[in-house]
Formats: sequence, C-alpha cells, structure tokens
Amino acid sequence: MIEFKNVNYIHVNGIQALKEINLSIKPKTINALVGSNGTGKTTLARHINGLLKPTSGNVLVFGKNTKKISVASLSKRIGMVFQNSNHQLFADTVKNEILFGLNNFETDSQIKKNRFEWALNFFDLKKYENTSPLKLSGGEKKRLCIASVLAWNPEVLILDEPTVGQDQVQKEKMLKFISNLNKQGKTIIIISHDLEFLWPLKPNTIVMAKGRIKKTGKMTDIFSDDELLNQTCLMRPQLLDLWMKLNIKEEPPGDITEATDAIRRINGS
Amino acid sequence: MKEKSIIKFENFSFRYDSANEFILKNINLEINKNELVILAGPTGCGKSTLLRSIIGLIPHMHGGEYKGRVIVDQLVVNDVKITDLAKKAGFVFQNPENQIFMFSIERDIVFGLENLGTSRTIMKERVDSILSLLKIEHLATKAPHELSDGEKQKAALAGILAMQPKILILDEPTSLLDPKTAIDFINIVNDLRKKIGMTIVIVEHRLDLVVGIADKLIILSNGKIIENNNPKQVLHYSNQLIPEIGIPVISRLYRNLAKSNYDFDNVIVTVKDMVKEMRRKKFND
Ligand SMILES: Nc1ncnc2c1ncn2[C@@H]1O[C@H](COP(=O)(O)OP(=O)(O)OP(=O)(O)O)[C@@H](O)[C@H]1O
Ligand SMILES: Nc1ncnc2c1ncn2[C@@H]1O[C@H](COP(=O)(O)OP(=O)(O)OP(=O)(O)O)[C@@H](O)[C@H]1O
Ligand SMILES: [Mg+2]
Ligand SMILES: [Mg+2]
Repeated sequence: MIEFKNVNYIHVNGIQALKEINLSIKPKTINALVGSNGTGKTTLARHINGLLKPTSGNVLVFGKNTKKISVASLSKRIGMVFQNSNHQLFADTVKNEILFGLNNFETDSQIKKNRFEWALNFFDLKKYENTSPLKLSGGEKKRLCIASVLAWNPEVLILDEPTVGQDQVQKEKMLKFISNLNKQGKTIIIISHDLEFLWPLKPNTIVMAKGRIKKTGKMTDIFSDDELLNQTCLMRPQLLDLWMKLNIKEEPPGDITEATDAIRRINGS
Repeated sequence: MKEKSIIKFENFSFRYDSANEFILKNINLEINKNELVILAGPTGCGKSTLLRSIIGLIPHMHGGEYKGRVIVDQLVVNDVKITDLAKKAGFVFQNPENQIFMFSIERDIVFGLENLGTSRTIMKERVDSILSLLKIEHLATKAPHELSDGEKQKAALAGILAMQPKILILDEPTSLLDPKTAIDFINIVNDLRKKIGMTIVIVEHRLDLVVGIADKLIILSNGKIIENNNPKQVLHYSNQLIPEIGIPVISRLYRNLAKSNYDFDNVIVTVKDMVKEMRRKKFND
C-alpha cells in the first residue's frame, strides 16, 4: 500500500538524505523505523504523506504516485504526528487544535462530536480544553499532537518519536491504543529511538543508516545482530538481551508478565 | 558544613499567572555541590517548572504567584538578574529549538562562551573538543534548520557543555538522541563533572540511562517531593514508587519475581546483575 521505488532525496544544501530507497509497507501492519540521528528517518516519513517529493524515483501510496496527488488529499488518509510538536501546533486553544483537522476531514456532526470528546479525554487533555497549546508541558504538547491527528481517524498513522516526554503510564496507554488501532485495520509506522517501547509491539522493523535501508525484518532478528547494532547506534532491548545471555531457547518474552511466567516455568516453580 | 548545598528551595510555591492552582507546593529541597540528581515524575507534574525556578526564568520571564525562596550558589533567584544566574547555571531546554538561534552551530557555541567572557584560544579548544566528543564535527558549519531533530539536540547540548557551567540543568536531554549517543552523552557529562566539578540536575524519563551514576533520585508528584534518596534505594525499597516512573524493564522484572517469592540476594538494576544472580541460582543449567 506504500511503495518506495529507487527513491533518492537531495536537500537544497546538497545533502543527500535518502539513497536508493526501496521499501514496501503492507496494509494493517505495525512498522518501526529505527537508526541513528540524521540517517533520514524523518525525511523518509515526509515522503509518505507527500510533504516531500523524491528528487528521483517514485513513492506510491494507495496505488497513486505522490507527485500526482495533493498533500491535502493524502493527509485525510495518512495522519502524521511530527517529531517536534512546535511545528505542528498552531491553534489558539487545545480545543481548536483538535477541531481543525476534524472539521476539515469529517462531515458527520455526531461522529465529530464523539471523536472530539474521545481525543480530549483519552489523552488526558480535558482540563486544558480552553488553554493555549503553548502553555502545555512538553509531554502534554506531544499528546495534543497525537490527539489532533487521531481525531480524524486516518487509515495510516505515522508517529515520529511519539514517546518523547511521556511518563511510563502514558507510554503504556500509547502501546494499547497503537495495538488497538492496528486490530481495527490501521497501518502504523513508528519512528523511535525508544526501543524498549517498540519491543512489545513486535513491529516489522526497518533499520536505516546514512540514508539507506540497512536491513528489514523482525525485531528479534535485527537485535540479535551485534555487528548491525554497533553500526547503527542501536541497543538491544533488555528482555531480549536477558534471554540471549541466559541462553534460553524459547521465544523471547514480549513484556514483563510473559518474562515472569517463562522464568517461573523454566525454573519449575 | 553549611556550604554543602549549592541549590536550595525554601518553602517554595509557584502558580503560573494563567493557572488557578499552584504547580509547586511548599518545596523544601537541598542539592549538594557536585551531585548528580535525577528529577522524575508524571508528565505535567512541574519538573520543567522546578528547573525554570533554578535558572531564574521563573519569576523573571514567567509571571505568577511566587512564595518562599530559591537560592542558587548563594544568590537569591528572586533578587538577582537572570544574566547573573546564567554565569553559574547552564540550561538545556526540553525543546532544543528554543535554544539554538544563531547562524551556525559553531557560532552558537562560541556565542555562549563570548557571553561568559572566555578567551578565544580556550573557546576554540573547548568547541573542538566537545564537537568531537559528541561526534558532530561535520555539523559545525551548518545552520540549525539544516539539522535533524536529534542533531539539533546534540548542538544545544554541545553549546552548554562547552561553557562548563558550575551548575548544569538538563531538561530531558536525551529525548531525541539515538540509543548509543544517549549513553555516550550521559558518560561525557559524568566525566566532565568529575574532571571540573559540576552539579547536575537532570530530568529524565528513562531511568536505565542514569540510575547507575546518579547520587539522588527525586520524585515529584502533585506539586510535592515524595522521594529524595539514593536511586537504588528508591527503585527497590520505596513504597512511594508511582506507576508513572520509568523504572528500567529489568528492575521491574526483578520486582515482579521478588513479589512471587523468587529469592534474590542482591538488588538488580542491569541485565548483567540479573544474569549473574540467575547463574548463581543455577537457572537454566
Ligand atoms: N531542511 C534541511 N535542509 C538540509 N539538510 C537537512 C534538512 N533536514 C534534515 N537535513 C539533513 O538530512 C539528514 C537526514 O535528516 P532526518 O531529519 O531525516 O534524520 P532523522 O533520521 O530523522 O534523525 P533524528 O533521529 O535526529 O530525528 C541529516 O543529515 C540532516 O542533517
Ligand atoms: N507557561 C505556562 N503557563 C501556564 N501554565 C503552564 C506553563 N508552562 C507549564 N504550565 C502548566 O504547568 C504544569 C507543569 O508543567 P511543566 O512543564 O513544569 O511539567 P513537566 O513535569 O515538565 O511535564 P513534561 O514531563 O510533560 O515536560 C502543567 O500542567 C502545564 O500545563
Ligand atoms: Mg527525525
Ligand atoms: Mg517538562
């Protein structure tokens, strides 16, 4: 549903941020895009919703070339939460921030009302309804960005560093809504340095290095590869690390509950 | 004896002009010279607000109702100019874009040093050294808008580190860094602290990065300090551990196993600790 074909992208200053990208993202999957700072993750993501167009090569979304469709028509179906909240927020109140996309993309007023209330409450923003987004804390701003995009219910959701500024409780809520959205059939692309956050989601993982795609595959396979981790500034998630160091043959646990059960079982207690 | 603390909050409370409630409520806190202190707590609990009160953005830039006193290296924050505080305390904002504003990264760093009246040769030396430590030499001549978000954060951090402030205040400094760089950065900061003597207050949601080297873990919740102790102590014995705190995965596993009567002889904060402990128990032999 999202296809990159020999995509190269050169910034106006001559920096080539994407090199020969070939990538295919299937519908209804959870995907993680990881790699060191400045490797082109954000640049790649901006090609999916047409904010950037390839210098050469093509990006096809829902079968259409992004060079031939408007960003506005893509946005309705592809929601993107920016890495830096300040680049996304512009309205005078939290309420209007959430209503902006919703008013543009949804016509049914009952649905609009329900979605607005849901977004405001789910992300713990109700008490800030009439506050200026500028007065929110860092983590609250990020949640507002996510809420505004989810409100219009796009088919594809791109989250650029969603966990920045979030505490543990908020991160766990995020995990839940991401897997719920996926169960409802949404395609999800998460860019994140927070590998512990990604681990329980078991995403298809795309590793980038210096503008290229270095490897794609399951997290377990990618994070077992020491050489790859060294080259790409990645660290192994702790549960996988523990499993490898203890030489446990069974599938590594997705979360702490699974890990606790497995250890008890292996121990015969 | 009296001079041990370098930052002191005395019955400090603050309410933003536009807010109805006090964000910080009667804070009493002392931070000792050359300590590395982690400040943790739920989002929106007032961590950035507390940091702003140390470097004087509160009350000098953000108006509101201010009670009590904050004393930073013998200066009463309320009574002195923000520029006097800037000579003692370097601050890295949560959003690096609030920080970088000059034409190029190198100029940005030099600008900071010029403000402190550092000599040109020392300036050059420090800039080169910090750019190389953070592996961003290749970014030196770039403009901020030409950088990725993580690169912006590195540039902002480099600028402050080059100034070698007596007090370093870091608001989620690793939030945009890749995993390896985040660890490198924490080590660089800690080495610098040992070399030149520096007091560090750091807001960090990912405790796995810092629990190993920090002297204290302070937990802020509902505008009050509910914990202020050695990090290991807090992570394993505190009954105030609120679920918002980002306890490392391995420590949470340890707590879970301990709860189910699995015996451990030692406190566990790293995967290595855990492996050692389980080997000793002849696990999976
Ligand atoms: N507007 C721009 N003009 C010129 N160069 C840019 C611009 N934005 C980014 N770059 C460069 O393009 C490369 C890729 O940047 P990108 O933002 O895609 O990285 P990233 O992988 O998202 O990094 P991070 O993890 O730090 O967010 C970097 O070398 C960066 O310096
Ligand atoms: N300039 C401001 N004016 C009014 N209220 C503010 C302002 N800045 C922050 N607040 C409010 O004060 C509270 C504390 O904010 P603060 O930024 O200190 O939180 P924080 O603990 O740093 O959160 P985070 O982890 O999300 O960055 C929040 O409820 C926030 O909405
Ligand atoms: Mg990026
Ligand atoms: Mg903050």
